[in-house]
Amino acid sequence: MKVEQLSIFLENKIGRLAEVSKILADANINIRALSIADTADFGVLRMLVDNVEKAKNTLRDRGFTVGETEVLGVEVPDEPGGLYKILQNLEKEDINVEYMYAFVHQSGDNAVMIFRFDNLDKAVEVLTEKGFTVIPGSRLYSM
Amino acid sequence: MIYNMEFETLPKEAIEAVQLKRLQAVVERVYATVPFYRNKFREAKVLPEDIKKLEDIKRLPFLTKQDLRDNYPYGLFAVPMDQVVRIHASSGTTGKPTVVGYTKRDISTWAEMMARALSAGGASRGDIIHNAYGYGLFTGGLGVHYGAEKLGASVIPVSGGNTQRQITIMKDFKPTILTATPSYTLHLADVAKEMGVDFRTLDFKSGIFGAEPWSNKMREQLEEDLGLKAVDIYGLSEVMGPGVAIECVEVRNGLHIFEDHFIPEIINPDTGDVLPIGETGELVFTSITKEAFPVIRYRTRDITRFIPEPCKCGRTHIRMEKVSGRTDDMLIIRGVNVFPSQIESVLMGIEGVEPHYQLEVDRKDSLDILSVKVEVNEDIFSDEVKILQNLEKKISHNVKETLGVSVKVKLVEPKSIQRSEGKAVRVIDRRNI
Repeated sequence: MKVEQLSIFLENKIGRLAEVSKILADANINIRALSIADTADFGVLRMLVDNVEKAKNTLRDRGFTVGETEVLGVEVPDEPGGLYKILQNLEKEDINVEYMYAFVHQSGDNAVMIFRFDNLDKAVEVLTEKGFTVIPGSRLYSM
Repeated sequence: MIYNMEFETLPKEAIEAVQLKRLQAVVERVYATVPFYRNKFREAKVLPEDIKKLEDIKRLPFLTKQDLRDNYPYGLFAVPMDQVVRIHASSGTTGKPTVVGYTKRDISTWAEMMARALSAGGASRGDIIHNAYGYGLFTGGLGVHYGAEKLGASVIPVSGGNTQRQITIMKDFKPTILTATPSYTLHLADVAKEMGVDFRTLDFKSGIFGAEPWSNKMREQLEEDLGLKAVDIYGLSEVMGPGVAIECVEVRNGLHIFEDHFIPEIINPDTGDVLPIGETGELVFTSITKEAFPVIRYRTRDITRFIPEPCKCGRTHIRMEKVSGRTDDMLIIRGVNVFPSQIESVLMGIEGVEPHYQLEVDRKDSLDILSVKVEVNEDIFSDEVKILQNLEKKISHNVKETLGVSVKVKLVEPKSIQRSEGKAVRVIDRRNI
């Protein structure tokens, strides 16, 4: 159920993000989702790509610090209160969201959000039990 | 192994007797042949015949880096040029270079000192020495080279640079002793890793590292990562070059100063007073056997202390602690004295932090801002910003705790701090004072 996410350390300098996207473009890797968390001095680029191993090795070879984290892709009803329903259920079980961002494509009528929880396994359990759809990586990369 | 059993294990009284005899001779000689010394001694109202016992050395005036520059290039040579067979010079990054000369006998004395040093560092006949100190005006490369030959070891004169080829040579030629600056060694280790070579599987027993101060924490890291014993060597071209003092590989705690050739003193850098043994201050050297370029009470600006306790290795020559910094590397940050090596120790004490670092000093609204750049590798990287920020906080907290100075930590991308092939640039001071 879990999805491999790559994260990359970037200094806040002109052209760094462009550099990463060029490296991935040259390696024919498609970015499926992306978010940046930043401070005044540095940022962490997080992304889902269609070829995790290739992207990781290519970026490492080019001198970037690359991390791997497991995240979940969850279908969110595209209506008022859709996100709340999910978070409400997780809060009850004491599961925290470390961060989240949106996926580009929809899954049917639903939006897709990428979540990083402090307890990923429990989150999968709770979400499945409550009838939410957790999208496996294989499907997410090719959506 | 002790290379010169007779001289390296002389009892203290015998060392002092040799020192006094040689001191008297050198003072007499520079007074007769170098006008600079003659004038300085006269100003200080001291004549060669006033040196009756070893303590009388205190009456002699100091020699400073500025004196060397003022007498550029040959003003302090004590022999005619037709007896000088070699000339070296310091890099002169902060002014004119300082030029030093050697007679044939000086070269042979130096080779003896370096043979002793290499031997103390774990080398002997039959060892292969990978000498990555720069060959040229810098004394490191040739200093080690002549010592290695004198010892009877095989020396690979690879010098600095062309790092990938160096790794290939290490794999193929199977050297057993590495001689290099610690910062270049870190670079060698990085490149080896990139080439898929595990440094620990190479044949090195010891690494003899010098030409810049490095901390004991760095020693732990080098020994762990490179699979060798890391030995500190000390020297400076003004006094001779590498081989003035060396750690013994058995103990690796403090460097034996070859006292039959050099008289060391520790002084208070502000007052010039000689400090009681064991106290920390500026290291001062008098070379008592050199012919072409003797120095009398040369202020090295290196900070250390003597370790008076006898050493287990059997050498009787006094030890000095690893140099903790230089009076001119010392940063004064809002009134607090900071040496780069102290920051290094703090960084090395934090799991996963790279030994590559750089300090930057700026002045904003008449306040000093000290920043330390730390490279983010995969051991310390996290996809969560707060974990990286906690690391920044931890480093600045530990620096504050240890040194009492606030520091701004800047996390930077891997390999973004420039690697050196010689001495590392640890400090960029942008204050205009």
